[in-house]
Amino acid sequence: MNLAVRDIRHSAGRFAFTTVGIGLLLMIVMGMGGIYRGLIHEATLLVDTVDADLWIVQGRTRGPFAEVSRISGSLEDRARAVPGVAEARRFVSHTIQREYQGRPLRMVVQGLSWPEDRGEWVPLVAGRPLGRSHYEMIADTSLQLPLGASVRLGKDLYEVVGLTRGMVGSGGDGLAFFTVADAMAIQFDQPGEAIRLERAARRARVEAVDLGRLQPQLLDRAEGLVSGIPALGGTQISAVLVSLAPGADPEAVRRTFGTWPDVTVYSTEEQRELLLSGMVDKARRQLGLFRALLIVISTIIIALIVYTLTLDKVRDIALLKLIGARNPVIVALILQQALLMGAGGYALAWWWGRYAFPRFPRLVLVTPADLASLAVIVLVISTLASFLGIWKAMRVEPNTVLAA
Amino acid sequence: MNITAPAITVEHLRKVYGSGHTEVVAVRDASLEIARGEIVGLLGPSGSGKSTLLTAMALINPPTSGRITINGEAVLDGPRALVDLRAFRRRHLGFVFQKANLIPFLTALENVQIAMEVNDVAPWAARTRALELLGYLDVEERARNLPAALSGGEQQRVAVARALANDPTLILADEPTAALDSTRGRQVMELFARIAHERGAGVLVVTHDHRTLDVFDRILDVEDGAIQCRKNGSAAPEA
Ligand SMILES: Nc1ncnc2c1ncn2[C@@H]1O[C@H](COP(=O)(O)OP(=O)(O)OP(=O)(O)O)[C@@H](O)[C@H]1O
Ligand SMILES: [Mg+2]
Repeated sequence: MNLAVRDIRHSAGRFAFTTVGIGLLLMIVMGMGGIYRGLIHEATLLVDTVDADLWIVQGRTRGPFAEVSRISGSLEDRARAVPGVAEARRFVSHTIQREYQGRPLRMVVQGLSWPEDRGEWVPLVAGRPLGRSHYEMIADTSLQLPLGASVRLGKDLYEVVGLTRGMVGSGGDGLAFFTVADAMAIQFDQPGEAIRLERAARRARVEAVDLGRLQPQLLDRAEGLVSGIPALGGTQISAVLVSLAPGADPEAVRRTFGTWPDVTVYSTEEQRELLLSGMVDKARRQLGLFRALLIVISTIIIALIVYTLTLDKVRDIALLKLIGARNPVIVALILQQALLMGAGGYALAWWWGRYAFPRFPRLVLVTPADLASLAVIVLVISTLASFLGIWKAMRVEPNTVLAA
Repeated sequence: MNITAPAITVEHLRKVYGSGHTEVVAVRDASLEIARGEIVGLLGPSGSGKSTLLTAMALINPPTSGRITINGEAVLDGPRALVDLRAFRRRHLGFVFQKANLIPFLTALENVQIAMEVNDVAPWAARTRALELLGYLDVEERARNLPAALSGGEQQRVAVARALANDPTLILADEPTAALDSTRGRQVMELFARIAHERGAGVLVVTHDHRTLDVFDRILDVEDGAIQCRKNGSAAPEA
């Protein structure tokens, strides 16, 4: 005869209420793990999806995800000339926060190396890749921009032609893909007055040096477009992504780049590691500690609940001892109830989580492996938590039955 | 089972509660013997030590000194247990107390059944016998009810059924009829007598009910923690 189940059936309401409480607690534990996984997933999403073999970044920097990396746009062409390189693309990425229809619009502006890269590799859920060299964008659904919407960024209007889902940057902000030229135009957009002032300042600087006095045409150039000044015209990009030709020796290609003193080269795996060890690491430890705390708290709470349930049954336990029940019968009663509560709470947590987690602003990623490890944790803490109750039950004297 | 040995022998049992100035001598020096097939009544004024003596014999209240032998086997020497008391209880003893003390989350049937299951009787066999016992005590139609749904008398009869479940050597009952009307009370007492005579169990019943004294083979008077013997049928003692 299973005593645990019969006792639960007898006080079903109370048991259900307790299980609901444990379920909520476990859902938070589960969510904490999910937030951590989501953080890693989102942080490395871009590195993983752009699918490059090597990242060429500014010399002695850790790359565009860790800090500011500035290299000359011409590096793209230099990289293409290296044997074993199949393709080299510009990588331009920066986060902006603007306004759209009265709400803040925070996005990661991602440059695509038009015309080689039109964003065909970007997983679209609607629309198409970029079709023109200007004024088009692919936006993530999290930015809440519908297909066909026009967004003013800087001085130009950009039309949303494609939509992605779940494409976010390491900060959790939605990605928007533009051609590199557009991306830079958005980044370096300056108000007209600032440009006028800068041109005036440039003219003043040129007038102050002997070259300006010797070459009066320079004064006209200084007042014109930036691109019209040959010496200042080079574009600055964040990184160059290199894809290797099939059969090329990655180490050999790396060695070649390694001899270039102005850049540093990383493999995708190294970029990933830098991302995780740098910016994600603190968040990970933060969440990890929080999770550990929650597990300890859950254990204590379950222990107290089991202990109170045991206190309520002291008389029944005494009676069982009186009629000669062996200790395993009594231990099983308490342990099974603790395990059933743990299992019930776990099931509820999982079930609620399926509805609750997708509604969170950032990705909560509950992996099967995490579910399995949490199941083991629940098993362990339920068992640990029942020790207090069992300890109490073992100390109950059978003659407690007779106490009024 | 040892049929010829007495169901229980108690020698010079003494029980002192507390110590120092709170010390209470509940049982001073009690010696008694109950044969198998014998039903014995235990009478005495309130506070004379009847329950203390009974719980000591029930192996749930260790005496300060004295020896208890059950079915020929030495069980207690003072507070020291000579056998596994819990195993001994489930194999040899049956209890009925003033309050029925049923497990609230088990049905009447399960309350009887569990006593057998803890004594390693197979569940289906335990169930069959439990139903039989409840029928014997005229409560089988309440077998599937929880104790809370039973009247005091019905609960008490379930408790009696539980006490009988493992065919015990010794049945100890402390005022089992206190919650029953006189007719039911008498029925339970007669049932105890029948169990003693038909099944060969030793039965000890603490009672205040002078109307049922005729069922006993022997009556022991407890006074101030000591036992005075008297023959059955003599006048009721002054309370
Ligand atoms: N747990 C205890 N601690 C201290 N003293 C106790 C305890 N149990 C009983 N006593 C004392 O021991 C004495 C005998 O008590 P006991 O319960 O055995 O009497 P009784 O004969 O059963 O009385 P009643 O007829 O009222 O049930 C009483 O003086 C009582 O106060
Ligand atoms: Mg008493």
